[in-house]
Amino acid sequence: MNWLSQNLHIVGQLLADHLFLSIPPILLSLLISVPLGRLAAGSPRLRTPLLTGTGLLYAIPSLPLFIIIPALFGFSLRSPATMITALTLYGCALLVRGAADAFSSVPQDVRLAAAATGHSRWGLFWTVELPLAGPVLLSSLRVVTVSTVSLVTVGAVIGISSLGTLFTDGFQRNIDASIVTGIVLTVVVAFALDALCVLAARWAMPWQRAVSRA
Amino acid sequence: MWDAPGIVGLPDDREEPRVIEFDAVHKEYPDGTVAVERFSLIVPSHRVVALVGSSGSGKTTLLRMVNRMVDPSSGTVSIDGVDVRSMDRVKLRRSIGYVLQAGGLLPHRSVADNVATVPVLEGRSRRQARADALGLLERVGLDTALADRYPAQLSGGQQQRVGVARALAADPNILLMDEPFGAVDPIVRDQLQAEMRALQADIGKTIVFVTHDIGEAFALGDEVVVLRTGAEIAQQGAPAEILANPADDFVASFVGAGTAQRTLRIRQVDGRDVVVDGDGRPTGVLER
Ligand SMILES: Nc1ncnc2c1ncn2[C@@H]1O[C@H](COP(=O)(O)OP(=O)(O)OP(=O)(O)O)[C@@H](O)[C@H]1O
Ligand SMILES: [Mg+2]
Repeated sequence: MNWLSQNLHIVGQLLADHLFLSIPPILLSLLISVPLGRLAAGSPRLRTPLLTGTGLLYAIPSLPLFIIIPALFGFSLRSPATMITALTLYGCALLVRGAADAFSSVPQDVRLAAAATGHSRWGLFWTVELPLAGPVLLSSLRVVTVSTVSLVTVGAVIGISSLGTLFTDGFQRNIDASIVTGIVLTVVVAFALDALCVLAARWAMPWQRAVSRA
Repeated sequence: MWDAPGIVGLPDDREEPRVIEFDAVHKEYPDGTVAVERFSLIVPSHRVVALVGSSGSGKTTLLRMVNRMVDPSSGTVSIDGVDVRSMDRVKLRRSIGYVLQAGGLLPHRSVADNVATVPVLEGRSRRQARADALGLLERVGLDTALADRYPAQLSGGQQQRVGVARALAADPNILLMDEPFGAVDPIVRDQLQAEMRALQADIGKTIVFVTHDIGEAFALGDEVVVLRTGAEIAQQGAPAEILANPADDFVASFVGAGTAQRTLRIRQVDGRDVVVDGDGRPTGVLER
């Protein structure tokens, strides 16, 4: 406790760094995966290459990825951009499949009914398919959210600061309080962002609750 | 009793014509099922044509060819002489009211929003569309207190009525109704049929009404078309004609399924006149 109160400022800064590294990849992978997942769900021909391709991303070990990405995109090795790009790729690896499943879960008869009442393709996507894909999409998004928050800590090994820095520092300098604080805060951030996803979904999908209550 | 068709005739100059014409329409689905074989029919303006046939006879397929949910393999469907294939699908669909067989409501929209679907797509303000939707709910006999529920919170029959209200919302000239009263009990069904006759007397749409219940076809159709498999027309005519002169055994058996209920006799029970149907089942008491 004593250690924490003395280092509150540093811990706060690392927490902010952690959020800055976690939130963009979560949003970016959602943004990329939704259209790819919709494509995969809509076309049997594209489905396999898209899902296998993005699924394989997850097989790339993270440390080499931290070296390949800067080389490929011209970021500096320790820049947040490297971290954000790597985590976006991992996020997509999970979320493209999740989104494909989500869009496949939209009942075909609802899609047909919406088309029959004069929704254009674009209107159908935004106002019918996306909301109805929401529940399944949400469950993948929650996995990605939690895993991204925990993967951010890996960056500490190559010197990208986050709550993970509290473990690496703590181990090197033998400060248990630092290690514990790092672990607890990482879990708290993961839970908090997960809860945020659930709340946002509840707001965006009011029919879900109304119907399950009935 | 069948001499006067249920729907009040309308002066034809009431609105611009809306004639639907099927010309030698053929539909083979990709899996090889032939749903419709060389079907031709003219649905006159402001009239109700009831298509009746057993399950799988191609009724839904015929309806869907009008709003281009299904394109015929050959032949044409036209509205007022214009081939629907030359029309924009989305515009065409918004201009036609379609009541789907199973209701077809959007599960994530409230009842009022479902009814307001097409007006909102067409750019009407949500507020106005909602106000109109409440009026339509009343018109199809639903309590406006249901407006904020979701479809899953309604009974099957209520959902179907919402489907009817939605089809009426954009005030289309053409209505396609696919077994709209399939999920309601006989009493409510009679009531809805009566309401629909009153509504049609008032609004005079061109309606294609699909049912597998010959009684319903007789009750609502100005003209009834009895279909065999492949949408082959077994007989076509006014209800009274078909009832009086079934063209063949198929039509006779189809009509017969309903005639047991329609051939009524009087039997004395406890000094009162009880009306019984062809099977001897009591259907009511005669008032003198
Ligand atoms: N999308 C489809 N693909 C293949 N076959 C189909 C398709 N839709 C309908 N069919 C077949 O076409 C035939 C006619 O179907 P349709 O739905 O038009 O019948 P229906 O008269 O409406 O039947 P019901 O009274 O049961 O609703 C059936 O044999 C059906 O199995
Ligand atoms: Mg059908």
